[in-house]
Amino acid sequence: MIREFGLIDVYYLLLAARWTLALTGLAFLGGGIVGLLIALLRVSPFRFLRVIGATYVSIVQGIPLLAWLFVFFFGLPIMTRIQVSPWVAATIAFSIYAGAFLGDIWRGSLQSIPPQQWEAGSSLGLSFSQQLRYVIVPQALRISIPPTVGFLVQLIKNTSLAAVIGFIELTREGQLTNAATYRPFTVYIVVALIYFALCFPLTQLSRKLERGLRVAR
Amino acid sequence: MSLVDIADVVKRFGSNTVLNGVSLKIEPGEIIAVIGRSGSGKSTLLRCINGLEPIQAGRIVFNGTVVNNPATDLKKLRQQVGIVFQSFNLFPHLSVERNITLAPRVVKGMDPGKARDLAAQVLARVGLTEKIDAYPDQLSGGQQQRVAIARSLAMQPQLMLLDEVTSALDPELTGEVLKVLEHVARDGMTMMLVTHEMGFARRVATRLIFMHEGRIREEGSAVDLLSKPRTPELGSFLDAVLH
Repeated sequence: MIREFGLIDVYYLLLAARWTLALTGLAFLGGGIVGLLIALLRVSPFRFLRVIGATYVSIVQGIPLLAWLFVFFFGLPIMTRIQVSPWVAATIAFSIYAGAFLGDIWRGSLQSIPPQQWEAGSSLGLSFSQQLRYVIVPQALRISIPPTVGFLVQLIKNTSLAAVIGFIELTREGQLTNAATYRPFTVYIVVALIYFALCFPLTQLSRKLERGLRVAR
Repeated sequence: MSLVDIADVVKRFGSNTVLNGVSLKIEPGEIIAVIGRSGSGKSTLLRCINGLEPIQAGRIVFNGTVVNNPATDLKKLRQQVGIVFQSFNLFPHLSVERNITLAPRVVKGMDPGKARDLAAQVLARVGLTEKIDAYPDQLSGGQQQRVAIARSLAMQPQLMLLDEVTSALDPELTGEVLKVLEHVARDGMTMMLVTHEMGFARRVATRLIFMHEGRIREEGSAVDLLSKPRTPELGSFLDAVLH
């Protein structure tokens, strides 16, 4: 039965946007942990560890996010006989994906600190981890904030892919609403506006942080 | 026993031999000035002493510790051997106080109150007491370099290595940094400095070393070497620098 598209649908779309945000949050958290590990592996003094980090990044970045979603949602149950919910599959897939990109962003930030800063630290008797903690990371953090926020915007938009494994977030809710009202133009305009409302403040923030960086010491 | 004993050191970057059999002993209290053309290996020699550059052959012993032994804890060694760089290399995100106290606090575990006293004390030695809460980018190049010297002094090293510390400064700022170094030298610090400041070398150095193509070509008192060079290499080098 086809019904009219009304305010109640907008309300349901907004409710679904919560799950978009929740998945983004989980992916950012999981991806942040993975990314931190990858970034540290890639600046480590040991070649072996650097290769592991670089291999992870090239594998993950070389495979579409959609494929990762399918691997964990359809593949994992077949291989392990454990049923995974769309939540679990999406969280794992997005964490792996975000980990590679955040790892790369943060590696770049760490490596943008001149090697003389490492040298100055080690010449004072600081260990590798002390150099990282007190000298390199505080400086790299500032540099990494704008691209990290920029990636967060990508992540919000990319969570829409989770719709294909039945994860009900903003896009999936839009599909369902469209199926009931058959007003694709209206429905998807509203969906698009909600995405925009989520992402626009972040892009602005990212720009502002970038400007701030130039004046900060 | 010498403070530093360098024996037949060879250092290569790829196929390029930068140090080709360098031997040198440094006694406590000596001020050794190293001169020579760019590429003669003088900065590299300095960086080998605190283990910043690994060596391919020979031996460097500091105070009984073999620097080029993989088992040596370089962190321990570097607490006793300070180095100051041409480009200052202060930590831009930390105040002058924190630049100076970082290593005493995290490496030696000094408590923050004591560390601040120490910072004030070493800043007084370089004449920058009032800059304790400033950030590096608020300081002139000469002041930054003096903070870098203070940062090194705060570790109470037994040897200070100074790598062309005035080369990035204009003549006026060079003067203020050299004055500070002269004071530090007079206080009895053992120093080895790579420099192009011949006047300073003549005034302060207890021994002058001329390096040429990865070897020590001449060595002796600054006055002797600068007035009566024995080798044509030093002679032409001095002609180029002094005229």
